[in-house]
Amino acid sequence: MSEMLSAAFITVFIATVISQSMPLMLAAVGETIGEQAGVLNLGIEGVMLVGAYAGFVATLVSGSFWIGMLAGALGGAVANLAMLVLNVWLGLNQIVIGLAVTLIGEGITTVLYLQNYSKSSANLGQQPKLLIPGLGDIPIIGPALFQQSGIFWVLILLLLGLAFSLARTNWGLSTRSAGQKPSSLDAAGGSVVKTRSIAVVVSGVLVGLGGAYLSLLTTATFSPFLTNGLGFIAIVITMLSRGRIVVVMITSLVYGLTVAIGPALQVVGFTVPADIIKMLPFIIVIIMLIVFARSSVVPPALGSSYVRGAR
Amino acid sequence: MNAETNAARRFLQGFVRSIVPVLLALIVASLIMLAIGSSPTEFLAGVLKYGITGSNWQRSLALMSPLLIVAVGLIVAFRGQLWNLGYNGQYLLGAVVASGLGPILFGKMPAALATIIIFIVAVLAGAVWSLVPAILKARYGTNEIITSLVMSSIAVGVVNLLIKGIFKDPKVTTPQTPVVSDSNLLPFIPGTQIHIGFVIAILLAVVAQFVLTRTSFGLRVDVFGASPKAARHVGLNSTWMVILLFAISSGLIAFAGSIDILGQFSYQRADWSPRYGDSVMPLVFLARFRPVAAIPFVAFYAVLATGGTLAAQQAGLNVDFLLVIVGLILLFMTITEYIGDRRRLGQSYLPQGLRRSLRLPLRNKSEGTAA
Repeated sequence: MSEMLSAAFITVFIATVISQSMPLMLAAVGETIGEQAGVLNLGIEGVMLVGAYAGFVATLVSGSFWIGMLAGALGGAVANLAMLVLNVWLGLNQIVIGLAVTLIGEGITTVLYLQNYSKSSANLGQQPKLLIPGLGDIPIIGPALFQQSGIFWVLILLLLGLAFSLARTNWGLSTRSAGQKPSSLDAAGGSVVKTRSIAVVVSGVLVGLGGAYLSLLTTATFSPFLTNGLGFIAIVITMLSRGRIVVVMITSLVYGLTVAIGPALQVVGFTVPADIIKMLPFIIVIIMLIVFARSSVVPPALGSSYVRGAR
Repeated sequence: MNAETNAARRFLQGFVRSIVPVLLALIVASLIMLAIGSSPTEFLAGVLKYGITGSNWQRSLALMSPLLIVAVGLIVAFRGQLWNLGYNGQYLLGAVVASGLGPILFGKMPAALATIIIFIVAVLAGAVWSLVPAILKARYGTNEIITSLVMSSIAVGVVNLLIKGIFKDPKVTTPQTPVVSDSNLLPFIPGTQIHIGFVIAILLAVVAQFVLTRTSFGLRVDVFGASPKAARHVGLNSTWMVILLFAISSGLIAFAGSIDILGQFSYQRADWSPRYGDSVMPLVFLARFRPVAAIPFVAFYAVLATGGTLAAQQAGLNVDFLLVIVGLILLFMTITEYIGDRRRLGQSYLPQGLRRSLRLPLRNKSEGTAA
C-alpha cells in the first residue's frame, strides 16, 4: 500500500488521468456543440482519426507541436465537411453519413499510415513543458498539473470560453435554438442552415483537436485505429451531460480516472488482465447509462433536417 | 397494363439507384488509389482473378453465408427503425460459443446433435446480450446506437477473456481455442468446397423475406418502424416489439458467427474480428431492407472481399482500403437517393395530392379520355 501513497506515484497518476481525458473532453465538447444545434454526428470516430493523422504528419514534418495541433483542427474541419454539405445543406440521413465518415476515416488513415510509416515507427517524443512559476513547485500537484504543455492551457481556456459562449451569448442562444426549435429561430430572423453550419465546423475543429491531442500528447505516435471507440464514448458522454460543457468536461475526467486505474493497480502489484482494463471504461459507461438513463436528454430537433414550412 | 409498366419502371429505378452508387464509389476509390500511387486497374483485375476464376468462386460463396445471415439480422432490426450496431460483438459471441463449446461437445455426442446445441446456445447468447440496449431503448428511449456499440465493445473483451481463459487450447502458446476436427465441421455441398451454411443462409433470406413482407408480423414491424406512436395507438406493444426485434437481430448475427466457425475457420484466436457487419450494413441499405434483394449485393461484396485481400496486397494497399470503398458506397447512396427524389418530385415543394390534381387536367387534354 505504501507505494500507492508515494508522491511520485500520485503525480504520475494525475498526469495520466489528464492525458487520457483531454482527447475525449475535446471530442465530447465538439459533439455537444453539434448536438445542441441539432446535428447528431456519428462520424466523430472517423473525424478524430483524421485529426490525429493530420496532426501526426504535420508534427513530423514541421517539428512543431503547435503546427501539429493546427493541422489536426483543420483535418477535423475538412472531415466534417461531408456532414456539413450532405446533411445540413442537403438534408440527407445523418446516421448513414455519420457511419460513412467513420468508415472512410478509419480506412484512409490506416492505409496512408501503413503506406508511409509502417517501416519505421515514428515517435514524436516529449513536447516542451510550460512551467507555471510558483504553482509548478507545489509538491505532488505541481508537477502533475502545472507542468503541462502550453497546448493544454490554451485548450482548457478554449473549452471554458466555449462553455461560456454556449450558455450566455447570442451565438449560443441561436445554436441551442437550432436544436430545440428550428422554426422559432427561423421566425426570429436567424438562419437555421447558417447556424448549424457554423456549429458543425466548430465541432469538427474540436473533434480534430481531440484526435491530434491523442496522437501528439497522449500517445506521442499514430497507429491504425488509434481512437479505439473513443468517438462513441464521446457521444455517450454528450448524451449524459445535457448540453452543459462544464459537465462534459467533468464526466470526461471521470473517464480518464477509470482508464488510469488499470495501470496504477498493476504498479501496486495487482495483475489485472489487459482485456479487463480495456473493457473497464465501457462497463462504467453502460452502468452510467443504466443508472442515469432517465436523465439522458437530447435536443428535440436532434437528427432531423430543417425544411422551412414542413410540419 | 399500366400497373405492369409502373412495376417495371419502379424495378428499373430501384436497380439504377442501387448500381449507380456502387459504380461511383469504385470510380472515386480508383482516383484515391491513383492519388496514393497504387494501380486501380491492377487492383480490380486482382479482385476478379482471386475472387472468381479457378476455384476461387467457391471461396467467395462460402464467405457469403456469414455475410448474408448478418445482413438478414440487420434488416430485421433496421425495418423496425432500430439501429442495432453492436454486430461485431454479437458476431464474436456466437463465434466463441462454437469454438469454445465445439471441442468439448463433439467428443461426447453425435456431431449433428452437438451442432444443433451450439447453434441454439449461440442464438441465445446473442439475444441475451441485446437485452440491455433493448430494455434501455424501450423503457427510457436511450439511443440504441450508443448502447449497442458499447455492449459490443464489452463483448469483445468478454470473448477475449474466454479465449485466453477457460476455452484456451493448452497445447499451443498463442491464445486460441482448440481446433474442431474436419469430420465435425459442417458438411460440404456435394461436389464443391462450399459448406451447407450457404444453403442455410439463402433459405434464411427467403424465409425472412416472406415473413417480413407477407405476414401480419411483417406488417407490424413496418408499422412500428414507420411510427412507434402510431403502432401504440393500433394496439402494438412497443416494449415487446423493441425487445423481440433486437433479440432476433442479435441472435441471427451470433448465429452467423457460430456458422462461420463450424463451416470455415474451425478455431478462434484472441483479438480476431472480421467486422463483417461494417461492410454488410451499406449493402443492406442498397437492398432497401429486403432480404432477397440483399443476396446479389452480398455476392458482389463477397467477391470484392475474397479477391480484394490478395489484390490489395498486390497493388501495394492495405486491406482496410475496403472500408474506404464501403464508406464511399454509403455516401453515394444517400446522394443518389437525394437526386432521385428531387427528380421524382419535379423539384417541387407541392404536396403529392395537389400536384396530381394540377397535372390531371393537362393529361386529360393530351391523352383524351382513355382512363
